[in-house]
Amino acid sequence: MARKDRMAKPAKMLLNVPAIQADFPILKRTVRDKRLVYLDSAATSQKPKQVIEATSDYYSRYNANVHRAIYELGEESTREYEGAREKVADFIHAKAASEIAFTKSTTESINVIAYGYGLKGKIQKGDEILGTVMEHHSNHVPWHFVKDHKGAVLKYVDVADDGTLKMEQYDDLLTRHTKIVTVTLCSNVLGTINPVKEIAKRAHEVGALCVVDAAQAAPHMPVDVQSLDADFLAFSGHKMLGPTGIGVLYGKAELLEETEPLLGGGEMIREVHLGWAKWNDVPYKFEGGTPNIAGAIGLGVAVDYLTKLGMDAVRAHEMEVTQYALEKFDRLKGVTTYGPKDVKRRAGVVSFTIEGAHPHDIASILDVEGICIRSGHHCAQPLMERFDLPATARASFYIYNDLDDVDALIAGIKRVQEVFA
Amino acid sequence: MADLRELYQDTILDHSKKPRNFREIPGATAKAVGHNPLCGDRVTVYLRLDAGNIADIAFIGQGCAISKASASLMTDAVKGKSKSEATRLFERFRKMVTGRPGDPIDASLGKLAVLSGVCEFPVRVKCASLPWHTLEAALEAKQETVSLE
Ligand SMILES: Cc1ncc(COP(=O)(O)O)c(C=O)c1O
Repeated sequence: MARKDRMAKPAKMLLNVPAIQADFPILKRTVRDKRLVYLDSAATSQKPKQVIEATSDYYSRYNANVHRAIYELGEESTREYEGAREKVADFIHAKAASEIAFTKSTTESINVIAYGYGLKGKIQKGDEILGTVMEHHSNHVPWHFVKDHKGAVLKYVDVADDGTLKMEQYDDLLTRHTKIVTVTLCSNVLGTINPVKEIAKRAHEVGALCVVDAAQAAPHMPVDVQSLDADFLAFSGHKMLGPTGIGVLYGKAELLEETEPLLGGGEMIREVHLGWAKWNDVPYKFEGGTPNIAGAIGLGVAVDYLTKLGMDAVRAHEMEVTQYALEKFDRLKGVTTYGPKDVKRRAGVVSFTIEGAHPHDIASILDVEGICIRSGHHCAQPLMERFDLPATARASFYIYNDLDDVDALIAGIKRVQEVFA
Repeated sequence: MADLRELYQDTILDHSKKPRNFREIPGATAKAVGHNPLCGDRVTVYLRLDAGNIADIAFIGQGCAISKASASLMTDAVKGKSKSEATRLFERFRKMVTGRPGDPIDASLGKLAVLSGVCEFPVRVKCASLPWHTLEAALEAKQETVSLE
């Protein structure tokens, strides 16, 4: 059935979802002859035509390298590329566009911080880096490097059974030896929204920095780096309607100055001699080589798209869908969900398990129904171990999902239960 | 269209819910552990070899329905076979699950043919082959864990 023919739900939706859906070409396709129900936006979001067109527009109308070309095309591409940086800065309320460096992903951004500030910079043997058990692998492994190469000590705040961080334990672990606290603003498995403002405040009281993984937050809720008082913050374009291969590294100006670049090469230098070089200013010193120009421009348009909807409305919409989903899940026998029950404390990421059905089988059966969900460890093995789970299934919601999608998911889960009855 | 029932045939569901030879073999002559970190599937295959023949085979582990059923069917299929017969059977099995839908199925696969639907779900091929890779490792008496990614 075509989407527009379907009856609207009586509930008041805070976003005009049918109009949003119409912007996403992929939602018109079918999967295995079924309507596509895309519930894996936590892995990567779909892209609206505005973003797709902006990238193809760059290639078809003004493709030229940035910052170097003397001719008109190059001026246009540089203007658009730098314009995207300004949009991103505004989006997260940075003080200046120079606090935004483009990378390829959250992963690269965190690696730049761990390498450039930690491994090559300030961290000494015995210094403590405090993470949490709920981090994504990309906020674990770069810090392992700092431990291995600098002798830093890694400590972790545990997660309580309800999916929230044990804040009393955080206070105990935080000492004058702590130099970096690194935490996700929103868990990609539990959906938990962590009290990062409070975490940063306490970190600052002992003289530590606060690094924030905003990969699951920036796409879904208002993020204000100044209000959070985050020292560094990372996120990915592809999870927020933008292209793949473009990410953001935010850092306070003075900290970016103190951070060594990860990639040496063109773009990132002021002058190069045989055997030595002077680096370019922040943020360009982090953008060695020709950057992902189309990606940055596409991300700028994605930011426009989200800003136009309003991040408060995006968040409110997802709370509504998540609330509806959690209520439906609650009524299912033999199904367990993880993470906080209160939607004010969580985002639209719902991990679940079904008694007697392995998450891989759940995902395969839903796939046959045209429903895309995730199954596995979600790049968070320490968290899975904490909950003694080999794997979970995970559904995640975004602006183009509505209550019908939740209904389809619930019907799919019932189908799984029938198969494994 | 890929049908759910092709992947989750009754025989598969039956073997996943009530796996055959689901036990340890005390004093096994060979044993290997298979692990698929992507989904957390883990299987241990035990063998009692007698003059190059598989006198007894059993497995334990946790995993999805496909990997469990595949392990269960495998143990039934190779029990009493020689090492080289088992290896050849794996070859034919591999061909079936990585083939194209509608390809003719080798009659010598017997009951294992119920897993032919896996070829329509390429991401599940690893689930179906994990027990076989583990068996292969046990036959070659490799000590390390087989890891499929
Ligand atoms: C919380 C979190 N952090 C980091 C990442 C890594 O993002 P990327 O793969 O875009 O670098 C992800 C994405 O899966 C995530 O969910």
